[in-house]
Amino acid sequence: MDSSRRHVLQLLGLSSLALATRPVFNAFAVEGHAEKPQAIIKDSENALKAKQWALVIDTRQFESEEDLEPLVEVCNEVHNVPHLSQKRHEIKWIWGEHYHNAFPGKAGRFLSEEVEHKPFLVLCNHCENPPCVRACPTQATFKRESDGIVMMDFHRCIGCRFCMAACPFGARSFNFRDPRPFIKEINDKFPTRMKGVVEKCNFCAERLAEGQLPACVEVSEGKLTFGDLYDPESNVRELIKTNFTIRRKQILGTEPSVYYIV
Amino acid sequence: MLELAIKGSKKYYGWMTFLLVIVGIGFLVYLKQLDFGLGITGLSRDTSWGFYIANFTFLVGVAAGGVMVVLPYYLHDYKAFGKVTILGEFLAISSVVMCVTFILVDLGQPMRIFNVFLYPTLHSVLFWDTIVLNGYLFLNLIIGWNVLEAERNNVHYQPWLKPLIYLSIPWAVSIHTVTAYLYCGLPGRGFWMTAILAPRFLSSAFAAGPALLILLCLIIRRVTHFDPGREQIQSLAKIVAYAICINVFFFLCEVFVAFYSNIPEHMDHIKYLFIGLQGKNAYVPWMWASFALMFIGIILTVNPFTRKNEGVLAVACVVIFLGTWIDKGLGMIAGGFTPSPLHHVNEYIPSLPEIMIALAVWAMGFLILTALFKIAVGVKEEVGG
Amino acid sequence: MKDKKFIITGLIIFIVITTFPFWYNRGKAAPAPELQLTDKAKAAKVCVRSTEYMKAEHMQLLDVWREAVVREGERIYVNPDGKEFNMSLSNTCLDCHSNKTEFCDRCHNYASVRPYCWDCHIDDTLKEKS
Repeated sequence: MDSSRRHVLQLLGLSSLALATRPVFNAFAVEGHAEKPQAIIKDSENALKAKQWALVIDTRQFESEEDLEPLVEVCNEVHNVPHLSQKRHEIKWIWGEHYHNAFPGKAGRFLSEEVEHKPFLVLCNHCENPPCVRACPTQATFKRESDGIVMMDFHRCIGCRFCMAACPFGARSFNFRDPRPFIKEINDKFPTRMKGVVEKCNFCAERLAEGQLPACVEVSEGKLTFGDLYDPESNVRELIKTNFTIRRKQILGTEPSVYYIV
Repeated sequence: MLELAIKGSKKYYGWMTFLLVIVGIGFLVYLKQLDFGLGITGLSRDTSWGFYIANFTFLVGVAAGGVMVVLPYYLHDYKAFGKVTILGEFLAISSVVMCVTFILVDLGQPMRIFNVFLYPTLHSVLFWDTIVLNGYLFLNLIIGWNVLEAERNNVHYQPWLKPLIYLSIPWAVSIHTVTAYLYCGLPGRGFWMTAILAPRFLSSAFAAGPALLILLCLIIRRVTHFDPGREQIQSLAKIVAYAICINVFFFLCEVFVAFYSNIPEHMDHIKYLFIGLQGKNAYVPWMWASFALMFIGIILTVNPFTRKNEGVLAVACVVIFLGTWIDKGLGMIAGGFTPSPLHHVNEYIPSLPEIMIALAVWAMGFLILTALFKIAVGVKEEVGG
Repeated sequence: MKDKKFIITGLIIFIVITTFPFWYNRGKAAPAPELQLTDKAKAAKVCVRSTEYMKAEHMQLLDVWREAVVREGERIYVNPDGKEFNMSLSNTCLDCHSNKTEFCDRCHNYASVRPYCWDCHIDDTLKEKS
């Protein structure tokens, strides 16, 4: 093969011509493609906004499993959380644990019967310094700049479950199979998830966008308080200032946003 | 050179067919997993990584172990290893391919794997693991292929390969360090949160990789006309001896730190593995077996009489490979997840479909390994005359 | 050529097999899909954007919507005509186009497009069940 300069130049010329065909075609393309969108995207007027959403749980007002039930139920209903038949596939967004499971390393000995068996509400803490977000290789889980919620983008999740390994609170669940057959009653205002993605509490982001408080807060009859951690006048700040609160595993420095009044 | 892998004896075809059948069966089971979801495995909400990732972790080590033939030859001019560097590189290639495949079969949404490249996330260790593993694969492919081709044509390999070869040495260390960093930076997992995890991974790698290489060399000597060499095998055996001693020493350090400090959170994972916790003790016999095997391996490789006897050495390599596979595989993964961050013990046992898929990935790896070794040995036999 | 017979035969078999879809289906091409609009859709007259735009770029628009809703937290879309919409596939798009099987699926099946959106997002088949 003759690799003379002329040949190279001819090849280059032909390639440039070939590469130019697409833009030329595009210029003559159908109007639909050439239309420039001038749409605007914005928030709803009544959307609730905060720098960092936080939850304060008054554990003194929870005495038994029954007190937790309406909160767990409403969350599961609103978000189409399935009830899997096999425990190892279970999906939980918010649930109850005993003291030494919710706060391992803090539980003392010789506690009263009441405290030993008291249920403590656990959920994703929407940490300010979330290790799960650090771990995710695709940013499918990320901390939203607008309000501090640690969100899941189910479109991007590859199901690697690194976030589940990273979470120090066991707050995340994986869809080991198609969840739809296991949803008691589908709420058609909210999507379900599919198999192969990780999910967790989302602080009811979709409700906040419409000016509503998270579902668990709404049905808690005051046991749960939800507000902006960085608003010095907010209800959560007031509660944290005037009560003794603890957080789960705060020694790890993830800065959980869920506070427990004990 | 590929034609050397296509022609072979009846035994060769038989072996390859056998492996293909295992791959085929596993592939069918994988289709079921794609359809149903990862629920066909034994994984659970508490133990979200299991047999697939355990094998992945172990195999990254085996891949890194290949550097143990490259380093002495290229950096320290240990001429004897010149005969076998290609074997180390080809072992690395097939191991890395197995690693990547284990990751793929473990994903919940494997068709979205390209998201890792479309949305590169520099703060995610998993992103970097993908980069370094793929980089190592390409390095070894390019280096191995070109050096072998040059050998076949009785010329010196191209000079531009030299910097790549030098690069592959720290790169091999990096693949296993980054894999260890997947685990040891997670704040909620006390069993993995130890500075010694990366060194432990590397020591276990430098025991398992060369151990497998020794076994492969002994097999090659028996079934082909190429003899990797007695001196080469003995040098590898010495490397294995040191590495396995260091690996067990590192683990004993872990045990001391946990049990002398008496901190429950640190002790609980080791207790679960070796004596059981909250009534669950399925791993106990496996862990003790693993350490028994590694101890036997230490005795047989450190003692020069047993090491110099190649028959006994083969046994030593098998027990070391098995021992490290349990210790760094499921022992490492299940131990890290159990007890859970909420202190529950939900035991993880791999399911049969999961094991079948894992077997198929191993079979695929050995398929590639056999083909590559056939090529390498073919060239050596050609040149050797 | 030494193996002329084999090469020519092989070439012919190859051409026959590769052009199979064309000559086997001649005259039997499926007709262009006919879409049915619901009464609500007909009453609305125009979608979120113009019909040509939606035909060409509805998936791109949905991508913009999902980035905005999930990642930015903003849910209102104001189209170039100033009309506001809540950015939701199931609650806005399917509100008017509630007959997915007679609308969306017609073109999708014809073009063999299988969007997996419906694995998660609720469509009319699920709404009937709930």
